Amino acid sequence: MTPTRRSRWWMGPLAAAGLSVFAAVGPSASEPTPLVSATRFLSDDLRAEQQDETRNRGMLWVDQGADLWRREPAPSQPSCAACHGDAKASMAGVAARYPAVDGTTGRLQNVEGRINACRERDQKLAPLAYDSDELLALTAFLAMQSRGRPVSVATESPAAAAAVETGRRFWSERQGQLNLACTHCHDDNVGRRLRGDTLSSGLPTGYPAYRLEWQGLGSLYRRLRACQIGVRAEPFQAGSDIHIALELFLAARALGAPVEAPAIRR
Amino acid sequence: MRPRRIVTPEKAKAGDVVEIRAAILHPMVTGHGSGGPNSVPRDIVHTLIVTYDGAEIFRAEMFPGIAANPQLTFTTVATKTGDVVFRWVEDSGAFTTETRRLTVEG
Repeated sequence: MTPTRRSRWWMGPLAAAGLSVFAAVGPSASEPTPLVSATRFLSDDLRAEQQDETRNRGMLWVDQGADLWRREPAPSQPSCAACHGDAKASMAGVAARYPAVDGTTGRLQNVEGRINACRERDQKLAPLAYDSDELLALTAFLAMQSRGRPVSVATESPAAAAAVETGRRFWSERQGQLNLACTHCHDDNVGRRLRGDTLSSGLPTGYPAYRLEWQGLGSLYRRLRACQIGVRAEPFQAGSDIHIALELFLAARALGAPVEAPAIRR
Repeated sequence: MRPRRIVTPEKAKAGDVVEIRAAILHPMVTGHGSGGPNSVPRDIVHTLIVTYDGAEIFRAEMFPGIAANPQLTFTTVATKTGDVVFRWVEDSGAFTTETRRLTVEG
């Protein structure tokens, strides 16, 4: 089950096949499950809201991110734009390549980590807290510059390859009082109902997403944490090695799938 | 003044029906917290008033049943070039306002 092999099975949200295709998908399916974005399981209304930038409420954060990008974060500290210029050009497709290994530190970073690295190194400011409005706004703004582009994380370097393996182990390891692994829901039962919702393949492409349950935008970390709490496991820390490794594994699994952030999720 | 997102056409022809969307970032706290009535005081945006060229064209009253970050869509008829002014009023009395120019040709 290498990422590249899985990626051939990925099916885009615009594929014509209906939901009925999943009726036959169950724990006994011998073929790998096609990876489907959770967008497929939205109602027509919500899917239209996600795709229409004039209706998608995630854009409330994207707009704030655009402001933060231009503004000096503190007196005489450079704005993001001071170094990176117009994000439309300089950041196009960048979020689709994250998590990535940082050239300076050799450590794996997700988009949030990269933003905070800039803040500490170049803006001399304290890092932003996960799921703070500011970090969400900047993350959503950057994701927006990759919207529609295929996920294209690099997994060849030793550090990245090791992280993908760590993530893969986490994905298939049972955890929590309910003793479930990610794979039991998000590989074996995709398209089936889990209480009020439909199980997706666990593609990370929609995050940060506007989730109706949250009544707001939330990070991929917050979503992963929700699954861990759901199986009554102790959630990992935001920004920890295992968290970033799992994000990289999920992205490697979704290679080629278009970035949908800010997506609408239930 | 809260973050908001307004979508209006910049230009229209006289007589056109134009669609306007207005969303505001607000938690819309219902006041029905788990600690009993008003344990967390109600804090919602209760009114959106929109005027066009000085005359009120749209007014919405909102209640605690409305979800966070309310987005409202309505239409109006373009008559002449003028300002469309949006004003959201909150329980605290605070308000958020924004003006968009609608240019009408012909």
